[in-house]
Amino acid sequence: MVDYTTGELMVVAAAREIQDKEVVFVGMRLPMLAFAVAKKTHAPEAVGFYECGVVRDFPSNELLYTMGDTPNVEGAQWCTSTNHLMYLMQSGHVDCGFIGGAEVDKFGNINTSYIGNYEQPNVKLPGSGGAADIASLSKRLLVIMNHEKRRFKEKVDYITSPGAGEGGEWRKDQGLPRGGIGALISTLGVMRPGKNNELELVSIHPGVTLEEIKDNTGWDVKTAINFEETPPPKPEELEVIRSIDPNGFWTGQ
Amino acid sequence: MEDKTQSLEQAINEHIQSGDSVVMGACLEPMIPFAAAHELVRQEKKDLELIAPISDILIDMLIGAGSVRKLTAAWAGNVSAGLGHNYRRSVEQEIPFRIEVEDHSNFSIGLALLAGAMGVPFLPSRSLLGTDILNSNKTMKTEEYEGEKLVYIPALRPDVTVLGVQRADKQGNAHLWGNIGVAQDAAMASKKVILLAEEIVDGEVIESDPNRVLFPGFKTTAVVHCPAFAHPSPVQGYYQRDHDFFHSYHKETKTREGFLSWLDKYVTGVKSHEQYLEKVGNDRIAALKIKNERFAAPVNYAAE
Repeated sequence: MVDYTTGELMVVAAAREIQDKEVVFVGMRLPMLAFAVAKKTHAPEAVGFYECGVVRDFPSNELLYTMGDTPNVEGAQWCTSTNHLMYLMQSGHVDCGFIGGAEVDKFGNINTSYIGNYEQPNVKLPGSGGAADIASLSKRLLVIMNHEKRRFKEKVDYITSPGAGEGGEWRKDQGLPRGGIGALISTLGVMRPGKNNELELVSIHPGVTLEEIKDNTGWDVKTAINFEETPPPKPEELEVIRSIDPNGFWTGQ
Repeated sequence: MEDKTQSLEQAINEHIQSGDSVVMGACLEPMIPFAAAHELVRQEKKDLELIAPISDILIDMLIGAGSVRKLTAAWAGNVSAGLGHNYRRSVEQEIPFRIEVEDHSNFSIGLALLAGAMGVPFLPSRSLLGTDILNSNKTMKTEEYEGEKLVYIPALRPDVTVLGVQRADKQGNAHLWGNIGVAQDAAMASKKVILLAEEIVDGEVIESDPNRVLFPGFKTTAVVHCPAFAHPSPVQGYYQRDHDFFHSYHKETKTREGFLSWLDKYVTGVKSHEQYLEKVGNDRIAALKIKNERFAAPVNYAAE
């Protein structure tokens, strides 16, 4: 059995959500590695959008600390404006987008703005960046998060990035053109929208118990019928991660 | 044509007043004009409205320094290290005081600047419907157009954009390459543009490739020759990002006292950008320099 960190497992699970030839809006941090793994394994023809204004069909071989780092510009197919990439996403050209989050709720709404009341918050988080746009306008939203009870809530304090709102056909009612959660990949398992668009557990990471997930989730989480164990990373997937992030800056424990 | 070159000190003194709305960091993570932000603090400009999508630690530093009245941004923190301690202290504990926050996403701020550049009062978008951004930022409205819901995003017309570029001529025509972020929209929307350039070149260098110019030179108010203006952020073709500097900032600014001593060391305790670079260390700056060459293929602009 190959040793791997939870971060590496999450990156691999995220990478597997990318299909070949898809256009992917790549968010900060772990998503940058997930895109690289997908490109170098099962999705060689995927295209990456980076909100600072970069389009690449080949990931940088160097570790990116931000998407505007010089290795992400060298060898890019297009260097352009942020708006241009947003126009393409608004017109329906982006298949999936990746974001992280501080809080998520049972309908997949993400909060990266305020803990508590926004007028008098307990914690001021950094805000949307491009996350609210990716959640509004991409066809499928992929979310990567730490699985803790304080972060997995019945209802988030503030919807920065919309999931399914209050469930059901909420997105359509709001006027959102498409989209919704494709997968929520956490430190403990993977969730997808089920009945009424409520998130349910579809896989559990190796070594994690269902009880642990229930204890760390702030709503009464249901499990999907075809519930399974998250497949562990393959050696070739780990090789890509470790060639780019040898010191585990993003994926270390 | 008019020679618009000025020193950093002169340009900031003359063209940015306390109370102004200022765009800095229009390219998002790279090309951030940190040198101008430091000079704003040294000249004690106050009550600024900062406008930017992200700008990495520039926003956090200026909030901590007490220069900011209002933040109009999509994201403020430390991109590779985490939350911004000064931003948190301001909003959560009113230290040094509470700033006003106008929440945006990258697209909404990009469209607001584009509307300003276009000279129209707003632009519509399908983004942000159903989000609480529309509750905490009451300037954006949901409207119906032929039965479809759209968010109307009002124009931003900043007083000044401070834009970092690789090279400019003395008249304010400039080449910028790499990712562009909202640089073009911000500069076109702003009443004044201050360019910080790694190099000042003859006009014929700029004219050799006019497609690489984002806006006409008459929009430029001042041109400042300011090598390494973006440190610790990167400039394509000139130097890489100084990751450790961002990570040290995150550790050293965890407490208010820690931030004040950081500010004294790098900003208020030095007199100029040149002294700042000495403080960072000339060897450290030299180590970040881009050493390889990867030139674009020439294009032929000849008329006949």
